[in-house]
Amino acid sequence: MITLSLLDLSLAALLVVALALSSLRIYPEIAGQLTIAAIRTAIQLTLIGLVLKALFASSDVLWVALLSVFMLAVAGREVMARQHWRFSGWWGYGIGALSMFISSFSVALFALIIVIGNDPWYQPQYAIPLLGMLLGNTMNGIALALDRLTSTASEQRDVIEARLMLGYSQREAIAEIRQQVFRTGLIPIINAMAAAGIVSLPGMMTGQILAGAPPVEAVKYQILIMFLISGGAGFGTLAALHFGVKRLFDERLRLRLDRLHKAG
Amino acid sequence: MLILEHLSCVVLQGISLVLEDAELVCLSGASGSGKTRLLRAIADLDLNSGVVQLDGTARDAIDPQAWRRQVAYLPAESRWWAPTVGEHFRDPASVPFDQLGFDKAVIDWKVERLSSGERQRLAILRLLENHPRVLLLDEPTANLDPQSTERVEALITKYIRDARAACLWVTHAIDQIERIARHQLLLDNSCLKTAVAA
Repeated sequence: MITLSLLDLSLAALLVVALALSSLRIYPEIAGQLTIAAIRTAIQLTLIGLVLKALFASSDVLWVALLSVFMLAVAGREVMARQHWRFSGWWGYGIGALSMFISSFSVALFALIIVIGNDPWYQPQYAIPLLGMLLGNTMNGIALALDRLTSTASEQRDVIEARLMLGYSQREAIAEIRQQVFRTGLIPIINAMAAAGIVSLPGMMTGQILAGAPPVEAVKYQILIMFLISGGAGFGTLAALHFGVKRLFDERLRLRLDRLHKAG
Repeated sequence: MLILEHLSCVVLQGISLVLEDAELVCLSGASGSGKTRLLRAIADLDLNSGVVQLDGTARDAIDPQAWRRQVAYLPAESRWWAPTVGEHFRDPASVPFDQLGFDKAVIDWKVERLSSGERQRLAILRLLENHPRVLLLDEPTANLDPQSTERVEALITKYIRDARAACLWVTHAIDQIERIARHQLLLDNSCLKTAVAA
């Protein structure tokens, strides 16, 4: 594999700088956001590179667990930050984080222990990238789904209550909303799987090929990852839907929009 | 028989009320006095505290779905969610549409083409489909013409008589109160007062 020098990266960074400069005139705020995001990417990825280097050297299960929990905590914050209508209190953070924990962690464990079967199963070279990809994708699905759930419940309050007044069950009262929310959570991965290989060459596979892996081996890993991600995102969305709906209604089947607050 | 003791919600404090079987009570009060809040609290749609009993059974002992079928609340403005009228009824074939001036073809009518008066009359039929023990009606005839108003009054009073149901009917029309109710309550400053029939 050809190693990249600092100069190589700087050349690529010129592209971002050029873009920032040209966007100054159209929309100065975007130029700022672009610059900050680019700097964040460089710093965050360098840090995780150093962390992974140290982690690979030690291979201690405790450190793997610690990093996993840290990644989950950040992902939970990100899910909350993307909600226009948030559940008040700890629920705003908890529903997203818990759903991601249930889906990403169990799917990652399933993949590491049963599918890949490494020894030891927590070997960080496999465990961390796998969990990272799972968390990133389930985070997207769950954030979209929860945002859809809370915003449609707020918009369609009258219809939901009209059905409750007629003695409909909670499930009947929000039937279409459930469907829409579930669809919203799954659409990104469905699109990604449908376009894979034709429109887009997925990043992980491309990376393995660049690193010199035989294409067919890289493809097998990519298929595995796609299936794992759809499981993680799908079950994560289901979990978020379950907890979210539970929180939207109380034990007397009242729609409790007072448990939401508008962000920002 | 519906009994409220010290019912309180966001804007109302300590409301007590007894609605006897086969009794129709009219409720009036200035706008903003909390009439809608009271009906919503009885139907358990908003957070509320106090004792509510139906035929001697506490509300908390009754499943919320069953409660709202028995203690039926008609909001001032009805909501429709499916394209056709029939989809909003559990068993459209057995609904007495003719009693409020519709023929059976109404089942296939498009909701978006209904007038506000038609919506209101259909919402009343939709509510009665649950055979409620108590009716909580929020200005049910506010946007109806005199003929439809008369039909609705006849249908509701007949239902109350036949099913021995109780009814709390929010209205401002004095002539209507005289036609349908023996008792009139006035909601004022979180207090229910018996109004003397004019």
